[in-house]
Amino acid sequence: MSKRLMWVLLVIVALVMVACGGGTPAPAGEEAAPAEEGAAPAEEGAAPAEEGAAPAEEGAAPAEEAGPAVTELNILWAQWSPADYLQQLVADYEAETGIKVNVIQEPWGSFGDRFFTEMAAGGDAWDMVIGDSQWLGQCATQGHYVNLTDFMVSNGIDQTVTPATLTYYGEYPTGSGQYWAFPTEGDADGWAYRKDLFEDPDEMAAFEAEYGYPLAVPETYQQLMDIAKFFTRPDQGLYGVAIYTQKDYDAITMGVENVMFSWGAGWQDENNNVLGVVNSPQAVEALQFYRDLYECCQVPGLSNAFFTETNDALIGGQAVMVMNYFAFFPALANPEVNPYADVTGFFANPAGPYGDRFAALGGQGMSVISYISPERQQAALDFIKWFAQEEVQAKWAALGGYTCNANVLQTDTFLNAAPFNPAFAQTMTMVKDFWNIPVYGQLLEVTQREFSAFVVEGVGTAQETMDRIAEEHDRILREAGFITPAP
Amino acid sequence: MSSVKAQEMSTTASVAPRRTKTRRHLSDRAIQNLFMWPTLALLIAFNLFPLFYSLYLSFTNYSAIARIDPVWIGFQNFRNILQDRQLWQYFATTGRYALVSVGLETLLGFGLAMLLREKFKGSGLVTTLILIPMMLSPVVVGLFWKLMYNPTFGYLNYILGYTNPATAPDWLASRWGGTPVPGLALWAVVLVDVWMWSPFVMLLTLSGLNAIPEYLYEAAAIDRASPWFQFWRITLPQVAPLLLIAVLFRSIEALKSFDLVMGMTGGGPGTQTELIAVNLYRQAFLGQWQTGRASALAYIILIIVIGVSNLYIRYLNSIRGEA
Repeated sequence: MSKRLMWVLLVIVALVMVACGGGTPAPAGEEAAPAEEGAAPAEEGAAPAEEGAAPAEEGAAPAEEAGPAVTELNILWAQWSPADYLQQLVADYEAETGIKVNVIQEPWGSFGDRFFTEMAAGGDAWDMVIGDSQWLGQCATQGHYVNLTDFMVSNGIDQTVTPATLTYYGEYPTGSGQYWAFPTEGDADGWAYRKDLFEDPDEMAAFEAEYGYPLAVPETYQQLMDIAKFFTRPDQGLYGVAIYTQKDYDAITMGVENVMFSWGAGWQDENNNVLGVVNSPQAVEALQFYRDLYECCQVPGLSNAFFTETNDALIGGQAVMVMNYFAFFPALANPEVNPYADVTGFFANPAGPYGDRFAALGGQGMSVISYISPERQQAALDFIKWFAQEEVQAKWAALGGYTCNANVLQTDTFLNAAPFNPAFAQTMTMVKDFWNIPVYGQLLEVTQREFSAFVVEGVGTAQETMDRIAEEHDRILREAGFITPAP
Repeated sequence: MSSVKAQEMSTTASVAPRRTKTRRHLSDRAIQNLFMWPTLALLIAFNLFPLFYSLYLSFTNYSAIARIDPVWIGFQNFRNILQDRQLWQYFATTGRYALVSVGLETLLGFGLAMLLREKFKGSGLVTTLILIPMMLSPVVVGLFWKLMYNPTFGYLNYILGYTNPATAPDWLASRWGGTPVPGLALWAVVLVDVWMWSPFVMLLTLSGLNAIPEYLYEAAAIDRASPWFQFWRITLPQVAPLLLIAVLFRSIEALKSFDLVMGMTGGGPGTQTELIAVNLYRQAFLGQWQTGRASALAYIILIIVIGVSNLYIRYLNSIRGEA
């Protein structure tokens, strides 16, 4: 018996040793994958991919010469309506080129997990991914994405989209001029509101009498606060706003960001310093404003709210103004879902007290996976080139996709296609994002915890909260090498 | 037809001795191995190997999504975790949660079992109905209770007589009439856990109660023992082993409670309901992917759970020894 036990233990030890003995594939740079030229390991911090030449277009010969012809391309995306729209759109590409494009959809909850575990294994299950903007750092530095800089610049694709979307969906490190994704599905936070209440003559008269200016779509956050307070009537079951408060992943941070950015505050300066930046007076004021808005006017019970809950607050007739990503506004314009659809209006984030006006970014960019063959990389680049054309982008927008194409966003066709499109087009020129470096998850955990404690739980002061965030962010960034110690 | 029959017979005849031979070859030891080794292989592949591999990873800086080999960093992860005050706070919250919820479940479950011990018309149906909560998925339970706790349309406040949300408790936000009430959200989660798992304690206790021989009570009655004496000297000692097993299972579950909390509060507001398992999940996934550190934390939790379980088991054995 003891002999048998020994054998079992031996097998386990052998398995563990095999697993620990460098079974993980070598960093992408050593295999002929294209992205490696530009990639730096996470530890090296924000080192831009200076050499990041796009390998596919240089190295890969046309598919007919280099290898077997590509007849099918696979794109991984999250499971939602835009992915269905893309699947409809790519039928045109198949008709034109004979290449079938499959949009593989993965539920949001497991989208990131499935993608990153496949990438860790150097897998080639998909040719392209329409990935989150936060993934850029991880995917660029670890060689999962092909560097698209030369491809996008030489084909003029970088000029077709709004500069803000190119920066936040495609560029890493920010400001480096190195592009890893084509801005595909633009998204950002905006507001939906009850037009019937805003345009009610009695309400308008009462509001003007109380606040001294006409009731209209708010142009500043102070006006938004006034309107929210005006409509908060617990006896009627009516409340001013429904804003993000969820702690799970990134919701409350995105909500606070809308205000922070519009107060002129940010997450870092040009050298990635956070002390004195994250806890700047503007950032502290902005956070205080968010908590005041929550305390005065949030629909009760929305203490852990994200996109579903805020939409539901408007659909249920509880909230007069709701914060949400534009991607979730089609439901509010659908009379089958929203009984107030006909009287629901949309507006872009108002300006802060110092004139700044920004919106927290959502959305995704399309990237080419570096672990596929050069032929497939070339075919993927050809697809992106086709997809980036203005007429295709116009069709993409007509189907319901949120294009980032600067010209299409300004066409009357687009602006009149949906009631929220004008606000979306306006928002796409003023988006800003959270960190997109490999340690963004650790930075996010801090902000989620601290914002939730201050805004929802009501603990501490705005200054203490931002000080703690600044200190912890500073520590995380230093440990990850994004802030070098002073000499 | 007949030729087919003959063919079948010849086939049977040729196979029969082979079967006998095969059966002769399958000794008891072979059958034992046949059953044991596949199970053992699965156990090694899916339990033991991950256990040992994650132990190794806990000494590295590995990230499951990075294409970088694990780098050995010794006890760094353990040191960082043990020096992290925030994590100690999560451990303390978990301890409070486990203590209060398991304590209440034990009292309530035992009480229910005592009530249901006496058979009455429809007692079977009542027992089944009481067991329903523990048969539901914790996430679903969490989402339903989230609605019931809602201060504007939830049942709970309505039953308690709070119809104005402005003055009512907002349980999951830890506020009462807008004023912060520390701990309210944790109590709200504990209440749901108690609602869900008291029936489990009741079930085990009830089976223990039903197993107590009737003659013990008859003898006590002849000796004119009071009901309290009978309860204290007969019922409780007899049912204690099963009750302790229920408490052991519930304590283990409570110490690694995750899905109910994620469904209801996501660990918020702030850190009020951030149990250690929730934080472990946050570190292992959710954009962080600190696999090495998360493995170290998982091992610390495992050691704590084993330690607590051992205390229970020792006590259980001592009770059995006395019995």
